[in-house]
Amino acid sequence: MQVYLPIAEVSVNAFLLLGLGGIVGLLSGMFGVGGGFLMTPLLFLIGIPAAVAVATEANQIMAASISGALAHYRRKTVDLQMGTYLLAGGIVGAAAGVQLFAVMKEIGQIDLMVRLCYVVFLGVVGSLMFAESVRAILRTKRKTVYRRKLHQHSWIHGLPMKVKFRTSGLYISAIPALAIGTCVGVLAAIMGVGGGFIMVPAMIYILGMPTKVVVGTSLFQIVFVTGFTTVMHATTNQTVDLALAFLLFVGGVIGAQVGTRIGGRMPAEQLRILLAILVLAVCTKLALDLVLQPSELFSLERV
Amino acid sequence: MRMLGRIGWLCLLPALTAAPAAADQESVVSMLSQNRISITANFDGSEVFVFGAVKREAPAPDDSEMEVIITLTGPLEPVLVRRKKKIFGVWVNADTVEVDAAPSFYAVAANKPLNQIVSNVEDIFKDISVNQLIRSVGAPQHIKDSPEFTKALIRIRESKGLYSTEPIPIAVSDDTLFGAHFAMPANLVEGEYLARIFLVRNKTVVSEHSNKIDVRKVGLERWIYSEAHNHAFTYGLLCVLIAGLTGWAASAIFRRVG
Repeated sequence: MQVYLPIAEVSVNAFLLLGLGGIVGLLSGMFGVGGGFLMTPLLFLIGIPAAVAVATEANQIMAASISGALAHYRRKTVDLQMGTYLLAGGIVGAAAGVQLFAVMKEIGQIDLMVRLCYVVFLGVVGSLMFAESVRAILRTKRKTVYRRKLHQHSWIHGLPMKVKFRTSGLYISAIPALAIGTCVGVLAAIMGVGGGFIMVPAMIYILGMPTKVVVGTSLFQIVFVTGFTTVMHATTNQTVDLALAFLLFVGGVIGAQVGTRIGGRMPAEQLRILLAILVLAVCTKLALDLVLQPSELFSLERV
Repeated sequence: MRMLGRIGWLCLLPALTAAPAAADQESVVSMLSQNRISITANFDGSEVFVFGAVKREAPAPDDSEMEVIITLTGPLEPVLVRRKKKIFGVWVNADTVEVDAAPSFYAVAANKPLNQIVSNVEDIFKDISVNQLIRSVGAPQHIKDSPEFTKALIRIRESKGLYSTEPIPIAVSDDTLFGAHFAMPANLVEGEYLARIFLVRNKTVVSEHSNKIDVRKVGLERWIYSEAHNHAFTYGLLCVLIAGLTGWAASAIFRRVG
């Protein structure tokens, strides 16, 4: 069944959109990532203009994350205090990102910027996660379990503005949380991603948060930052397609519920290595697209 | 739609045969199977049947062959054509040419290649072929091959089904009645489309006629489009609200299901 999308001005298959939303939702629930890093390139592939794909994706991620966030909230695996700091940074980052997006769109380099960002971030994060997961799995196999120290000191602990985070059991500076939030906000605005793929590892490796609360807290931040980004894109670029978003929501929310259930039952290390492989695969595809000669060198843009 | 076209065709017949034979001129009249295309939620393209007849006040001249050309064009609008170049190993949009006006849609119907029917001068004068409809005033100084950009514009739009420069056949009966089917894709731009009919003899247009087709988004499509552009802020909030409700509802339902 074909549907005509009023803002994107293209006609696409409704079931295709529902299916894509479902897969993205599943990932959202399992890994605590919005899934936008997969969805946005997929939307490009089915012919949605880049500007519409990015802005609408922000809206779709909000819907997909909200059911996941609520599920985690009920299981008390959300650090609301930490989430608020991440969110404050996120709002600032998203506001700046939407402005940058508008400028790049104007000079015709939005596609390039979005793709380069994807390649760099997915490449770095994917490799780090992959290496860490492999190391962790090897460790458990050798049965030499290193007990993690309760209180690991790093440069993070030298920063001012220290705050007590009860749920995470941390007493650290608020500055890294604000900075991480800001980066994620920028990414949400210019790449159409929730930013979970960078926030989750940052929370584990930089902030040292317990893995248990990482996914829920990340989803909490994503819900509000993507909501804010949606409104910003709608007012600045007029590129949010409600019809497209709604079809993706429906598939997405169902997938997210299923994902949350599966995620709870699977061991964390296997989960992380799966995500790492997925991230690296998307990164490779995007990198090849940039380097290999495209079949059509020209492109059109309606003014 | 096809039915409607046939009926219209038949209705024209008595009027034509009853025409008094006096003047020596030929003129063309035409109609469309529809004057309005509504882009609805499940819009999947449309077909338009353009049909018409040649009105004669005297017997048809036998010194020349009569040809009919029908063009269907979408609204003219500016387009940026960009070309990628390899810079530091990465393909980057490097050159941009602004085409001042290009039809968003173009299709032509004729029984021979256009250059065998009309002269170049006539084509330039009447804007028949797509090349004449595309207006590109000037490319930046450093771009030496600006015609390549126009070619790329045509090539890309052809691949999307928006342009068809290869003429589709016209059914002509008794040198009087004619008709052609135009398929319009789903990715149409809103606006006023024009069906133009040219009657050609000796490579010169002897008569022409045109009809308008209004292509509009309707219903929910119209509403979403106008809200997004006229009340952007409330539209943004609405998107957030719907996302929130969908997420919450799903969460509530699944919780009960278990």
